[in-house]
Order: sequence, then structure tokens, then C-alpha cells
Amino acid sequence: MYSEKVIDHFSNPRNVGEIENPSGVGTVGNAKCGDIMRMYLDIDNNEVIRSCKFKTFGCGAAIATSSMATELVIGKTVQEAMSVTNQAVMDALDGLPPVKVHCSLLAEEAIHAALWDYAQKNHVVIEGLEEPKKDIGHDVG
Amino acid sequence: MADKINIYVDNAATTAVYPEVFDSMKPYFTELYGNPASIYTFAGTAKKAIEESREQIAGFLGADSSEIYFTGGGSESDNWAIKAAAEALKYKGRHIITSRIEHHAVLHTCEYLEKHGYEVTYLDVNEKGKVNLADLEAAIREDTVLISIMYANNEIGTIQDIKRIGAIAKKHDILFHTDAVQAYGQIRINVKELGIDLLSASGHKIHGPKGIGILYIRNGIRIGALIHGGVQERNRRAGTHNVPGIVGMAKATEIADRRLEQDAEYMTSLRQHLVDRVLKEIPYVRLNGDLVDRLPNNANFSIRFIEGESLLIMLDARGICASSGSACTSGSLDPSHVLLAIGLPHEIAHGSLRITISPETTIADIDYIVGELKQIVKRLRDMSPLYEDYLYGQQHVC
Repeated sequence: MYSEKVIDHFSNPRNVGEIENPSGVGTVGNAKCGDIMRMYLDIDNNEVIRSCKFKTFGCGAAIATSSMATELVIGKTVQEAMSVTNQAVMDALDGLPPVKVHCSLLAEEAIHAALWDYAQKNHVVIEGLEEPKKDIGHDVG
Repeated sequence: MADKINIYVDNAATTAVYPEVFDSMKPYFTELYGNPASIYTFAGTAKKAIEESREQIAGFLGADSSEIYFTGGGSESDNWAIKAAAEALKYKGRHIITSRIEHHAVLHTCEYLEKHGYEVTYLDVNEKGKVNLADLEAAIREDTVLISIMYANNEIGTIQDIKRIGAIAKKHDILFHTDAVQAYGQIRINVKELGIDLLSASGHKIHGPKGIGILYIRNGIRIGALIHGGVQERNRRAGTHNVPGIVGMAKATEIADRRLEQDAEYMTSLRQHLVDRVLKEIPYVRLNGDLVDRLPNNANFSIRFIEGESLLIMLDARGICASSGSACTSGSLDPSHVLLAIGLPHEIAHGSLRITISPETTIADIDYIVGELKQIVKRLRDMSPLYEDYLYGQQHVC
């Protein structure tokens, strides 16, 4: 049911972990539904994303979309990172089964939540970025 | 390259057909293929095979062979028992009692009847998955016509107190149906001693073929047919007999009967080895279900901070076939209704793992599973924000 790319990103997820003193961090999802994603961003003075790490509690697709989303945003400016939509993540993974589309939405929301955190702390305006409704912060368990 | 590892520990889903069973079925495909309803002698052989099979299964259940009806499987038997009993007894009342942890073949049938003017009470179960008998008595009303409580649960393996439920049903003159699909072949069942009126069982859970099941209908109980269109099964279940299936189920029953105690003892000790190792070697794991009143082949764990589908895919990559009650594996947004009914919070129910062994599982298989499981759980926890927060919370509490 999963594409080879999904299986690859699930089996060998890229950029798993935490970033100490991150420029931005966002956590989205709901343990009740079985998916929680946390994204950490390290952003340099030119607003370029140097590093992005994630932690995810969830199914194979949730882990694979998190992994792919980190790869897609690294090297982009915070503004460019807005182009990493759920559709972009799905396309990069050669698609997801219909019941798993919400996982890619969660990945987009996680990136946005981390960007929002960065924007708030640094008084930066990122065009098109709205306050995440779903940043649930720490202590999600 | 070495042979690909394939350790199948999902025997509650289905089982391998024993070669002996397959051999018993073969002649009825290619040689003795006559329709048992036909008049010529050639078909008579098939007819005779059906009746011998019926006797085999009846003997195993302590029933009379006239009380065994062949169906297309466990789900059909459950549908038939519940729908036909409700229909036959609607002049007396339209209330049915069942439990929250039944198989969907029972639950969805009850929900269907609710849409057609019946009322259903779904009994809660305790944290081990047991129906409380006082609750059952309290739920009985003037218009209660049927109690349907499963013999043993397919997810957590909990065995109900069937004898006492049978006695309660009898005392109140209510029909008692039990879905024994998981119990049949693993534990001794005597329908007469247990006061069972209707019992569903299936072939493919006991190393028999798929697509065959039985419904035991106690003599004297008058319920109608579910499948109409022929005189088979004494006018109660139409459709040309699945002769190879029937013969196969009987053969699997014969083997189960012969080896039941020995297999149960073997699987119980193997299961115990699995449970002991997992609980000792992997932190934050609980065993779901009852320790004593439990099917010999079943182990069901909740592994905190991880999600079941990821776990299953990683086990699969290492050649292990198991199952989970997570939402992602059930195809819905909610995790298993059984795990929620025993009181597990959603996030813990999502991280469940069911391992159901067979008499062919070895201790080496179990040790391999535990070894792989330890690594996988560590890996998934290392990427789990729930685990990160838990550890963070621990540090700041101490």
C-alpha cells in the first residue's frame, strides 16, 4: 500500500532527533488520533534553514512524511519553506494512500508551527504564514 | 542469500492448513466432486463425507449431529444466529444483550437490528475483558430474547464464564448464543454442559480451510434460515455444500480433538516465555487481558510511546507477521474497540501488539521475535515526541 519512497523514508528516516536551542520548534497532532509530530529548525542570520530535525509518534506514513518534509525545507529560506506544502511532500514521496493524506497535512502544519515559533521570537514576517491552531507544545503525553 | 525468514504469529487472523487436512480435502475437488444433493451413487460419496464430518464436529462439541449446520464461515454463523433468533422471537420481545468486546460480526449485526426496531444492551467489561455476571442479570428485561456473549476474545484472548452465563440465560428462559470462533479447537467445549443454545465456529482458525464454518443449533430451537434457496442442511441453509471445506474442517477438528491438551500446554508455556521476556526486557509495556482465563495462543501487549502500524511494518521487514489494534491498521480513526473497552487510553491503545502463536511456533521463533522487538521499540521510541516528553517530565520531577 505504500510507495517505495515511503517505505525508504520510514525504514531509514532522515533527520530524526532534536536540536538544542532551536531557532523554532513546533508540535502538532493528537495522541488520541495516533499522530504527533515535532519539528525543530536551526535558522541562520540570512534566514536560511541550516538544519531541521523531527520526532514523530505515528504510523509509517507519519514518519515518512516527517522525514521527507525535513529534507525539503533544509537549505531553503524561511520564506521558501512555505512552498513545502502537504502536496509537495506527497509528490516527493510518490504519493500516499488516501487514508494517509492527513499525515502529509500534519507535516505541513508541523513545519508551519516551527516557522511561526521562529517568526514570533525574532519578529520576522513570513508571507502567507498564519498562527498555527494546533501547536500543542510540550507535555503532549 | 539465506531463506527469507517468515515467522507467522497472527494465528488469530487465520492459520496454515495442516498438510493432513489438505490431503483429506483433495479428492473432493477433482475426483469426488459430485453435488451431494444429486441422486446417483457418485454423489452419494460426497453426501456420506458430509455426514461423517458432521458427526466428527458434533462429537467434539458434545452435540448431536442433527444440531450441526454447515455455513460459509464464522461471520455467517454469527449473522444467522442473531438475526434468525431475533426474528423468530420478536413476538416475545425485541431486546438483545451482548458485550462491547464482541467481534464485529456480532456487533454490526446487533447494530443492524437496532435499525430495525430492536434494542440492544452492550455490556461493559472489566479491565481484563470479563463480562460482569451481575451486570448481565441486571440487564435482563421482560422482553429480552437473546444473550450473545463471545466464548473467547480475538484480540486479548480473554475467556468468559460461559457456564454461568448459560445458567443465567436458562434461568430467565432466554436463548444463549456464543461466538466461539477463537475458542473452538483451543479449549474443550461441551455445549450441553455449558447450556449453550447456539454456537458459531470456523474452520480456518484451527488449521482448516477458509470459507467454512458451523452453527450449532440446539435441538428444539426453532429459528429460520438466513440463506434461502435450497433444501440443504434440512431446509435451514441453502447453497450447494462446500464439500472439500466441510471435510477439511472435520479433519482439522479431529486433529484438534486428538492434540488439544498437549497443544494447549505447549502453547501456554511458549506464550508465557514470550510474556515473561517482553515484560522483563522492554520497559513501559503491559500485557492486556486476563492472565489465567486466556486462550493458550494469545499475547497482547501495549507498548507505550509508539504506534502500532509503524511497529508492524518494522516487524514485517524482519519477517515477522503480527497484528495490532491501532487505528491505522483497523482502517478507522479509532483504535480497537476491545482495547478501549478494557479502559486503555487512546494513545496506549494505538501502541498495541497482538502475537498469536500456533502449535508449530518454536521457542527459537519467540526468542527471535523478542530480540527484534527490543530493537524496534527502542528505535521508534527514540523518534517519539511522547517518549521525549515523558523522559523530560521524569527528569524534572525527580
